[in-house]
Amino acid sequence: MFYRIPLSACLGLLITALFLIAAVFAPWLAPYGLTEIVGGVWEPMSSTFLLGTDNLGRDLLSRMIYGARTTIFIAAMATLLSFTLGSVLGLLAAVIGGWFDQLLSRFVDLLMSIPTLIFALVVLSVLPGNLITLILVMGILDSTRVYRLARSVAVDINVMDFVEAARLRGEGRWWVVFREILPNALSPLVAELGLRFIFQVLFLSALSFLGLGIQPPEADWGGMVKENKDGIIFGIPAALIPAAAISILAISVNLIADWILNRTTDLKGGRSGS
Amino acid sequence: MPQLLKLIAQRIALGVLLLLAVSVLIFMGTEILPGDVAQSILGQSATPEALANLRRDLGLNEPAVKRYFSWLWGLLHGDLGTALTNGADIASSIGSRLFNTMFLASVAALVSVPLALVLGMLAVRYRNRWPDKLISGSTLAFISLPEFFIGYLLIYFVAVKLGWFPSVATVYDSMSFTERLSAVALPATTLTLVVLAHMMRMTRAAILNVMQSAYIETAELKGLSALKIIFRHAFPNAIAPIVNVVMLNLAYLIVGVVVVEVIFVYPGMGQYLVDHVSKRDVPVVQACGLVFAAFYIFLNMAADIISIISNPRLRHPK
Amino acid sequence: MEADTALLQVRNLQIGATVYPPDAKPHDIEIVQGVSFDLPKGRVLGLIGESGAGKSTIGLASLAYGRGGVRITGGEVLLNGHNILESGKKAIRGVRGSQVCYVAQSAAAAFNPAHRLMDQVIEAAREHSGESKAVLTQRAVALFESLGLPDPQSIGDRYPHQVSGGQLQRIMTAMALCSEPDLIVFDEPTTALDVTTQIDVLAAIRNAIKQTGVAALYISHDLAVVAQIADEMMVLRNGLVVEHGTTQQIIESPAQDYTRALVNVRAIEHPQATDTQKPLLEVNHITASYPGSPEPVLRDVSVQLQPGHTLAVVGESGSGKSTLARVITGLLAPSQGSVEFNGTPLSADLAGRTRDDLRQLQMIYQMADVAMNPRQTVRTIIGRPLTFYFGLRGKDKSKRIHELLESIELGPEYADRYPAELSGGQKQRVCIARALAAKPQLIICDEVTSALDPLIADGILKLLLNLQQREQVAYLFVTHDIATVRAIADSIAVMYQGQVVRYGPKSEVLSPPFDDYTDLLLSSVPEMQVGWLDNVIANRRMESAGH
Repeated sequence: MFYRIPLSACLGLLITALFLIAAVFAPWLAPYGLTEIVGGVWEPMSSTFLLGTDNLGRDLLSRMIYGARTTIFIAAMATLLSFTLGSVLGLLAAVIGGWFDQLLSRFVDLLMSIPTLIFALVVLSVLPGNLITLILVMGILDSTRVYRLARSVAVDINVMDFVEAARLRGEGRWWVVFREILPNALSPLVAELGLRFIFQVLFLSALSFLGLGIQPPEADWGGMVKENKDGIIFGIPAALIPAAAISILAISVNLIADWILNRTTDLKGGRSGS
Repeated sequence: MPQLLKLIAQRIALGVLLLLAVSVLIFMGTEILPGDVAQSILGQSATPEALANLRRDLGLNEPAVKRYFSWLWGLLHGDLGTALTNGADIASSIGSRLFNTMFLASVAALVSVPLALVLGMLAVRYRNRWPDKLISGSTLAFISLPEFFIGYLLIYFVAVKLGWFPSVATVYDSMSFTERLSAVALPATTLTLVVLAHMMRMTRAAILNVMQSAYIETAELKGLSALKIIFRHAFPNAIAPIVNVVMLNLAYLIVGVVVVEVIFVYPGMGQYLVDHVSKRDVPVVQACGLVFAAFYIFLNMAADIISIISNPRLRHPK
Repeated sequence: MEADTALLQVRNLQIGATVYPPDAKPHDIEIVQGVSFDLPKGRVLGLIGESGAGKSTIGLASLAYGRGGVRITGGEVLLNGHNILESGKKAIRGVRGSQVCYVAQSAAAAFNPAHRLMDQVIEAAREHSGESKAVLTQRAVALFESLGLPDPQSIGDRYPHQVSGGQLQRIMTAMALCSEPDLIVFDEPTTALDVTTQIDVLAAIRNAIKQTGVAALYISHDLAVVAQIADEMMVLRNGLVVEHGTTQQIIESPAQDYTRALVNVRAIEHPQATDTQKPLLEVNHITASYPGSPEPVLRDVSVQLQPGHTLAVVGESGSGKSTLARVITGLLAPSQGSVEFNGTPLSADLAGRTRDDLRQLQMIYQMADVAMNPRQTVRTIIGRPLTFYFGLRGKDKSKRIHELLESIELGPEYADRYPAELSGGQKQRVCIARALAAKPQLIICDEVTSALDPLIADGILKLLLNLQQREQVAYLFVTHDIATVRAIADSIAVMYQGQVVRYGPKSEVLSPPFDDYTDLLLSSVPEMQVGWLDNVIANRRMESAGH
């Protein structure tokens, strides 16, 4: 089975890879330090400061590179948490069923009846503002969506005849979950992984923009938009650069997720002989 | 008919129950989590005596259950409590801000809903041709854009460079309707752009689903014109899914409004909530959170009820 | 136009479509290749063929319609002398629903759920004839009456979901007739119905055709059904005409091998085994209901099965036959009664059965494509029971897999294919191999041939009979199809509304005197014989007059 990777997905992979490289090798790539004041306030783009300087006279490019690290790291950790929590509980709810499923599903309904951002604001108003809290809040709130997807995919697969055949053979729960259900649920879940990551990037950026995410002097892209937003009305576009970076990262990951999702549907419907 | 009424009554009861549960959750979220309101207000350096005094003044020494019920009792009587930071009555502070937020969200909805429906139908009409591909492509891009990117782009180009609209959406009571409209033009555009692509794509999927039904083929094989097929056969069955799409996106608007209000310094509920989250003013945060959640629950409930009503199987039981 | 010109003339019709396989470039395929025929006024032509023969596509082409991405690429369709393929959109609209009407296979899906039936029945006629609503309503009521619908005056006020499938199919026929068209295309109108309902709908359609003198294209995969209605028949295969002749000629002296095979389908002979031993399976007084519903689906059901024999459980939808299979396999615990296997009682639920209990009792499903994990190769699918029950690994396992493939008449190269790369018949064969791999004493076959074309189904039945002889395995065959029962059963249980109404050796169950239901069921099965329907209807009239 050979699939040509479409141009859009190639582009997505390439750009995502660039951002990842920037994140991993930030201290070696950044021309200046994260908090180093190197010039005047909001200096325009020049050969010394490729993207100009920010509201305190720090090099914007350096902060962008360090910001990639913070943004991607926190979003990835939150995605990991939400994905593991959501998919494990979702699969279990589908396979175990009964009161376990009822209890979890109703609780998830309840959590989802409050808009995620609003609930995060409510909780962050009392919790101490640090990294761990942020990742936990973002991960747990978003795991509800992964839970719903994983559960519904697994419930659909669980009632199919081939799973019944495995049960009739006498297979244990381990085989049913990992050999029958998971291989068929994996593709939609992997595509969802991409979407959840995008959501976490946007969510973190929104929180930081509102001043409730990463606290200065640490830099993430959403926080940098907040720092530089006052320049906009004076015609200084510094805030647009981190905002654009968020958009580009999100679009790139989206292109990859879209490609995986399309591949999945092909596999399911495309090749039947009759 | 009685079966239908029963289903609707059940759905409303569920909504009320959900709202009650949400109030518990919000209360728990702010009261029982490891943080402490008194500590939050006074900061880490507060003396134990000051903390104890504040706790007593706030009624924090009472058991949580009792405090919850007195809070709920107040809510039911329209008493949202007083803000910790300035002692103002929360209900009256929310009043005008709620109106501002509703105004902004309504303008955005009035523009985005018809636009999304028309564009969604166009995408179905030109399925798999360039208008459709353009719509699918732009959806992918737009759901990846944060609200503040769209917002600041608009401010930078439309307000600062072109000077067409104010960059800060200031509103006051004596404003005329058109002045108010001009003030919210950019925030409303931002909100529209945020929900439009998504709503378009969902509309497209909903209509396509109906258009692929066997009864549309039957209508076509009766020799009916395209217009009659759409209005007589597709439309009655597409109402429920489309209303669902609209309601879900209106609910989404409510969340988008928070960030957009901060971008444009618009004096609405979102701005109010964010301000008081930073100040750790718990009673205000609780009240605002509950108001937002109530709207969200109400819209979802309305969507469900409309789809119950428009389902012929429920309207005309066997 | 001269008076003797045919109503419908199809000349060298070519129909194609573009397919989009995921691992290859999109390409065009031909669905219909050069089909021609004439249909005079008032005559009925039956279009016969297996799935993929192109029969529905030809039927829709006579309304100048292509479903999905289907395109008419060449040839002519002349209706009253005019080529409708070259007509403009507006002219085509004038033909559809007025001169040519269509009756779909699933009326339940073809009616709009949002409108009352009457509005839909008279809609096309109102659109094209301009007659008043009152006149058309009256005409529709008269049609309802002649089609034998209950409450002809008021049934039109109902919504589609408020009437039964058989009634909807008749109302759809009334909808077609209401426009007083020259031609009606019937696309498998009785295929989705139970056999006892099918015969009534069939009779109603045939009478309506006779009374109104409308011409018809009658599309079906079931030769015996078409033989009751059509004057002429055309047998199609892969978009080509195999044979075209009068109904009499096609049924009684088919010229082509393929037609002969279709006529002789289900003529498998299987001598009934009679030697009585200790029963392998005993189902004792089973009563069962699904969780959450108080109404029992099975009531006091008792049957037995000898080792190496076949018990057929026959019934229509809702008779409880599949539920019985679920109780025996342990998927549904009965509220009363017991199941004994080799003289020892089986645990009521799956969890209480030993691995050897499970091994002895295997199951084959109706839909082979969902009965196999799409992410596993044939090797894994067949190999798992070998490892699971017998601990086979490596070479031994490979050898056994090849033996099993050989026994289902597939080559060793199939071991590394995925289910999606197999045809419908091959998939079912792999499922059989999976069941055999466990070396069971009993295989439960749940409608295993229902989803397959008749010739493929015959192949599967023959294979099952051969395997039974070789492996001495017993079958419990759940089916709605009497022809299958005749072909393979040693004993039969007839089920109706959750009860066994007749049970015994095949020879006894299938010979008179019958109880009422078995009589109705057996006499409703279409026979490959011209005039069968007339005889049955005449007999039933006489009987009801005699009572």
